[in-house]
Amino acid sequence: MHIHIPDNPQYRELKEYIEKEKGKKGPLIKVLHKAQDIFGYLPKEVQYFVARELNVNLSDVYGVVTFYNFFSTTPKGKNEINVCLGTACYVRGADKVLSMLEEELSIVNGETTEDNLFTLNTARCFGACGLAPAVMINEEVYGHVDRKKIKTMLAEYKSKEE
Amino acid sequence: MAGVPKLDVLICGGASCISNHSHDIKDKIHEELKKKGIEDDVRVIETGCMGPCELGPVMLVYPDKVFYQRLKPEDIGNIVENHFIKGRPVAEKVLVSETTRAIIEKEQEDADFFKKQTKIVLSNCGRIDPENIEEYITENGYAAIGQILTSSNPDDVVETIKKSGLRGRGGGGFPTGRKWEFVKNAENDQKYVVCNADEGDPGAFMDRSVLEGDPHCIIEGMSIAAYAVGANKGYVYIRAEYPLAITRLEHALEQAREYGFLGENIFETGFSFDIEIRIGAGAFVCGEETALISSIEGGRGNPRPRPPFPAISGLWGKPTLLNNVETYANIRHIILNGWEWFSSIGTETSKGTKVFALSGKIKNTGLIEVPMGTTLRELIFDIGGGVPDGKKFKAVQLGGPSGGCVPEEYLDTPIDYETLIELGAMMGSGGVIVMDEDTCMVNTARFFLDFTKSESCGKCVPCRVGLVKLYDMLDKIVKGNGELEDLEKLESLCHSVKKTSLCGLGQTAPNPVLSTLKYFKDEYVEHIQDHKCRAKVCADLVTYTIIPEACRSCGICAKNCPVDCITGSKGVPYVINQDVCISCGTCYDVCPFDSIIKE
Repeated sequence: MHIHIPDNPQYRELKEYIEKEKGKKGPLIKVLHKAQDIFGYLPKEVQYFVARELNVNLSDVYGVVTFYNFFSTTPKGKNEINVCLGTACYVRGADKVLSMLEEELSIVNGETTEDNLFTLNTARCFGACGLAPAVMINEEVYGHVDRKKIKTMLAEYKSKEE
Repeated sequence: MAGVPKLDVLICGGASCISNHSHDIKDKIHEELKKKGIEDDVRVIETGCMGPCELGPVMLVYPDKVFYQRLKPEDIGNIVENHFIKGRPVAEKVLVSETTRAIIEKEQEDADFFKKQTKIVLSNCGRIDPENIEEYITENGYAAIGQILTSSNPDDVVETIKKSGLRGRGGGGFPTGRKWEFVKNAENDQKYVVCNADEGDPGAFMDRSVLEGDPHCIIEGMSIAAYAVGANKGYVYIRAEYPLAITRLEHALEQAREYGFLGENIFETGFSFDIEIRIGAGAFVCGEETALISSIEGGRGNPRPRPPFPAISGLWGKPTLLNNVETYANIRHIILNGWEWFSSIGTETSKGTKVFALSGKIKNTGLIEVPMGTTLRELIFDIGGGVPDGKKFKAVQLGGPSGGCVPEEYLDTPIDYETLIELGAMMGSGGVIVMDEDTCMVNTARFFLDFTKSESCGKCVPCRVGLVKLYDMLDKIVKGNGELEDLEKLESLCHSVKKTSLCGLGQTAPNPVLSTLKYFKDEYVEHIQDHKCRAKVCADLVTYTIIPEACRSCGICAKNCPVDCITGSKGVPYVINQDVCISCGTCYDVCPFDSIIKE
C-alpha cells in the first residue's frame, strides 16, 4: 500500500519528534499523542506515516489508535466539550447536563456542530468530583453546571469568535 | 529583620480550586500587596489540594493559621488591609465550624472537616509549594532515601516495609513488603519500578491530588523501592486527563535530577536510578497491572493471564515492581518514623491511613485522610457533614465500578480491606460517593455496567459478552419491562462473569449489581411489579403533570419542552400531552412556580 504524504511543516514536526523517540523503548503511544497534538486527530495518512517512520505494522498502529478513547480518527470542532459521566457527576445529574447540551447545540454526543465550533463528547471522570456535575471545555473545568451556566458557557465561546 | 516575610499565604492550587479561579485570587493578592508596598512582608505560595474542595477557592494564612474559604477577587483588598496589615482576620470569609459556630482562628484542625483526620500521605499536600523542591527538603524530604542509601541494605528496607503492614492502596490490598521481596529475589540484571497513576475509578481523585500537591514524595518512594528491589529505571504511568499532575511531576523530576536525587551514582553510593513519565490515552482497563505494562510498552492495553506475575516477568519481560501512588507516598514516612509507628495506626489487618475522596450527595466534598478502622459514619457524617438539603441518606458507593453500595445499617462498620469485602464493596482506590433518596439503585447498577461494558477490552468472552447481557437486563428493568425471573438470571450471570473473566475488570464488574441486589432488592421488585421508581429517576417510570391551580400560565415550560408536548395560553393553565412526553424533566426544572409534579 502506498499513501502519499505531503511534505509540510506538520509532517516535518512529527518526523523530527519521531527521530528523537525512535531509539527509546515502546514509543508508539507517545508518538501518537504528539501526532494528535499536531494534526488535531489521527487520519489514515498520519497513522500510515507513524507506522512507516517507526517501522511497525500499520495494523498495530490502527489497533492502538482504536483501543484508546483519547485518540480520534475524525476531526474535532474548534472547542471540545467533555461532559463528565463519572459516578459523582452521575449522582448529581450529569445525564441531564448532557441532554441539555445536546439540546442547546442541536447535536448528539460524539458529533460536531455545523459551524465547527463545538464537538460534544463524554468523559469518565476528570477528578473534579468536588465540583459535580462538571463539564470540561478544552482544558477549562466548569463546576456545578446547570441550564443557566450552560448558556453562559457556550455564549462565552461563541463571543470569542465574533 | 528586613527581607524575612512576616506572613505565609498558602493558596490552594488543587484542580478544584483552580477551576474555581484560585489563580485570579493569587494575582489579586500580588496586586494588592504591591499597591500597599508590603510585598516583602508576605510570601504567597501556591500549594496542592488542601482537601475541602466544596469551599474553594481556599487560602491558609500562617503563622495565624487562619483558613479563608469561598474567596472572590473583591474580598482580597479587605483581607490585605485588615488582616495582613492590621492583623484582624476578616471574619465573614473565615471557615466557621458547623458545631461550634465559632470562628476558627487558632487551629484549622478544630474545624469538623479536619479534626478527625490523620495526615501521613497528605501531610505536605496543601502545605508546601509543590513546584519548589526546597520546601519538600525542609519537610525532611529526601532524608529517607539518604538514610537508607548510607546505612541500610536492601534486605533491611524490604523487612521494614514488610513489618510495617503496609498493603497496596490501589485496591487489592496485597502486602507491599511481600511484593517487594518477590521482585528483590527475582534474578535478573534489569528490573523496573513502576508507579500506577492511572486513577481511572470515577469518583476518585486522591492520586491526582498527591501528584499535584507533593510530587517529590512519589519520586522518593519509588527511589527507595528501586534500591530495595535492585532496579535502576522507573516509570510513572499517568492519565492523560490529569495535565496539571503531569506538569508538576515533570517539573519535580527535573529538580530532583538537578539536586542529584535522581541520576547516576546518587549520594555517591553507587546507586543509580531515574524515572520516566508515560502518559495514558484513556482506557480504564490500563489500571489493571498487566494491561498497564502492555500500555507502557506502547501497545493496546490488553491484560494477560497471571502467572507469571509482573514481579517475575513484567515490563519487557523483566521483573517489575508495580505499586500505586498512595502506596509510594507512605514509604518515606515508614522509613523515617519506623515500622512500629506505622503499624500502631489502623486495624489488626490494615495498617496506616487511607485517603478518601468524598463526593456525591455530601456536604463537604473533598479529600480526606483517616486511620484505617474509622467508620463509614464518621467519614460521611462527622467529616463529610452528611447529606445536604435535608435529604435522606440511602447508600454509599465505595470501590468504583469494582465496588458496591453499602446501606445505612452498616455505616458503623470500621473500614478496612476485609470488612469492606464482607459488605460486598471494596477499598478500591478510595472514591466515596454518597447517594441520597433521589438516587435510584437499579439505575446506578445500570450506570456502572454501562461504564464497564464500554471499558471492557474485549479479549475474553465472559467480560465482553457477559457485561453487555447484564446491561441489557438492567436496561429492561429500568424501562419497566423487567420480569421477576430476570432477577435470578441477573444474579447467576453475575457469578459466572466473576468466576470466569480473565482480569480484575471482569472479575469485579458485577459487584455493583450484586451489592444493589443484596441490599436494595425491593427497588428492583418495585420497578418490575409496580412500574415504580421511588427515586423518580427512571424516565420511563415517571410522569410529569401540571397542577392547574398552581400554574400561572407563564409558558416557560412550553418554551423549553424539547418535544413541544406542552400547550396552553395566557390565563389558561398549561397541559402536558402524556402520549408525546418523553419524561425528560425539563419543564419540572424550569417552572419558576413549582407547579409541576413528578410521580
